[in-house]
Amino acid sequence: MFLTDYIRTVYKGVRSLLTGMKTTGYYFTHARKEIKTEEYPDNRATLTMFDRFKGEVVMPHDENNEHRCTGCQACEIACPNGTIKIITKQELQPDGKKKKAIDTFVYHLELCTMCNLCVVACPSDAIKMAQTFEHSVYDKKQLKKVLNNPGSKIMEGVE
Amino acid sequence: MSLLGEDYTTEEGEFVINIGPQHPSTHGVLHLKVWLDGETIKKVQPHLGYIHRSIEKMSESLSYRNFIYATSRMDYLSAHINNQACALCVEKGLQIEAPPRAQMIRIILAELTRLASHQLWWGCTGLDLGAVSPFFYAFREREAILEIMEETCGARLTQNFCVPGGIMADIHPNFQKRTKDVLKQIKSKFQEYDDVLTGNVIFENRNKNVGFLTAEDAISFGCTGPMARGSGVSCDVRKWFPYDGYDKVQFDEVLGKEGDCFSRYMVRMNEMKQSVSIIEQLIDNIPEGDFQAKTKMVLKLPKGEFYQRVETARGELGVFIVSDGAASPYRIKYRSPNFSNLSALDHVARGYKIGDLVAIMSTIDLIIPDVDR
Repeated sequence: MFLTDYIRTVYKGVRSLLTGMKTTGYYFTHARKEIKTEEYPDNRATLTMFDRFKGEVVMPHDENNEHRCTGCQACEIACPNGTIKIITKQELQPDGKKKKAIDTFVYHLELCTMCNLCVVACPSDAIKMAQTFEHSVYDKKQLKKVLNNPGSKIMEGVE
Repeated sequence: MSLLGEDYTTEEGEFVINIGPQHPSTHGVLHLKVWLDGETIKKVQPHLGYIHRSIEKMSESLSYRNFIYATSRMDYLSAHINNQACALCVEKGLQIEAPPRAQMIRIILAELTRLASHQLWWGCTGLDLGAVSPFFYAFREREAILEIMEETCGARLTQNFCVPGGIMADIHPNFQKRTKDVLKQIKSKFQEYDDVLTGNVIFENRNKNVGFLTAEDAISFGCTGPMARGSGVSCDVRKWFPYDGYDKVQFDEVLGKEGDCFSRYMVRMNEMKQSVSIIEQLIDNIPEGDFQAKTKMVLKLPKGEFYQRVETARGELGVFIVSDGAASPYRIKYRSPNFSNLSALDHVARGYKIGDLVAIMSTIDLIIPDVDR
C-alpha cells in the first residue's frame, strides 16, 4: 500500500515536471517565432513612442518664432511639485497699451512627475507633452529648461 | 533588545537573523528580523519606514486636483485604482458623479491594472520559489497590458488618468482593438500558466499546507483582498460596496477554502479569469457621451468627512478626507491594504521553517511603498 502510494506520487511528480518542461521546450525550440523582446539601445532608430506618451513638457513654436503662451500661470498653479515658474513682463503694444507677456517660462524637468495636469490646465494649448524619454545628463543644472525660445512672441489672436 | 520586540525575549539557543536587503538604491524591499530556533521561525518582525514619503501630509498642502498624482506612487502596481479611489472620494464630497462613459473606462482600466498586477505577482512568486521561466511568461502578457496603458493614459505605471469628475482624456482610437487582442492573448495563456507552475510538484509541495491563516484571524488582523479571500472571507468591495458601476457587471467573488499559501495562489489565478470576463462584458458596450463631468476651476469640498473604499489588486484601499471647506484637504488618511496584510505575517509565519517564509511572503504579495506611504 505504501509502495503504490509512493510510486503514484513519483509518477505524478515526474509527469507535472514534464508538463512544465514541455512548455519551456516549446519556447526553446520556437524562439524565433515567439520572441517578444525589444533590443532597446540598438533599436533606437526605429523606436517610436505612443503619441500620448508623457516624456517632458515642451512649448511648440511656429515658423515665425511665435508661441501661444499668454502668461496666465494656470499651469504653475496646477503643478503639484512647483515644476513650472513663469516670469512675466509688461510689454508695450503697438497701440500704446501695456500687456502682460511671458519673459521666461522655466521648467524644472528634475521635479516633474509627468502628471499632465499643466497641459490639461492650459486654456490656450500653449504647452504639450513631448515623446522624448532619454533625459539623463551629467549635471543637474542641465535639467532646468527655458521653454520659450529667445526673442519669441505671442501668436496673433491668442488671448 | 530591539525597538518593537519587547514582548519576546530571545531564549537559549535561538538566534536572530535579518532577511531582506536594505539599501537606498533598492527602494521598496522588505527587511525582516527573524528569530529562529534552528530553522523554525519563532517570531518575525518587519522593519518599516525606509520608504516613507509622507504622501498623506504632503496632500494636505495640495489642491483636490493635485493630490491624486501622489497616490500612483503608493501601490504602484494598482496605480490607476488608487487614483480612482481618490477621484471617487472627491466626487462624493462634491456630490457629482462621473458620466457613464468615464465610469466604464475607469472599470476597464482598473481590471486591466488588476490583471497586470496579478501577472507580475505570478511571475515573482515563481521567481521567489526558484522557477525562473514564469517570470518571463508573465512579463510578456503584462507588457501587452502596459502598452494599452501607455497608449491611452500616456504612462505605463503612474498613469494619473483619473480626475475628479471623470477621466483626463478620451480613450485612444486603438484602445478597444488593442484590449481585445490582449484579452485573446491572455486567455490562451492561462493553460500555460497552470502547466508551468500550478501543477508543478515542487511548487505544490512548497505551498500546500504552509502559512495557514484562519478566517477569524484574517478578519481580526484586518486582512483584505486575495489574502482574506484565500481564507474564505467574503470581502470584495466590488461586490459589497459597488462603485463606478460594478453592480451592473456579472462576476463571481473568488473564495478559497483552506487559507494556506496555495489557496491564496489559486484565488489570484481565478481572479485573473474574472477580470478578463469583466473586461469582455464591457469593452464593446462603452456608452457614448462625455468623458468628464463639468466641474469648477477650483474644487472646494463642503465641510465634513468623506470616505471611499475600492478594491485594489491587493485588497481594500480606503481614502478618508476631512475637509474644512478650503481648497485643499484638512487631513487625508489612506487605509492601505498592504499594511494590514503585513501585520498578519508574524502570525502566519510562526512555527514554519525559514524556507516557507519565502512562500508566505510571496503569496501575501506585498508592495512596500504602500506599507510606508
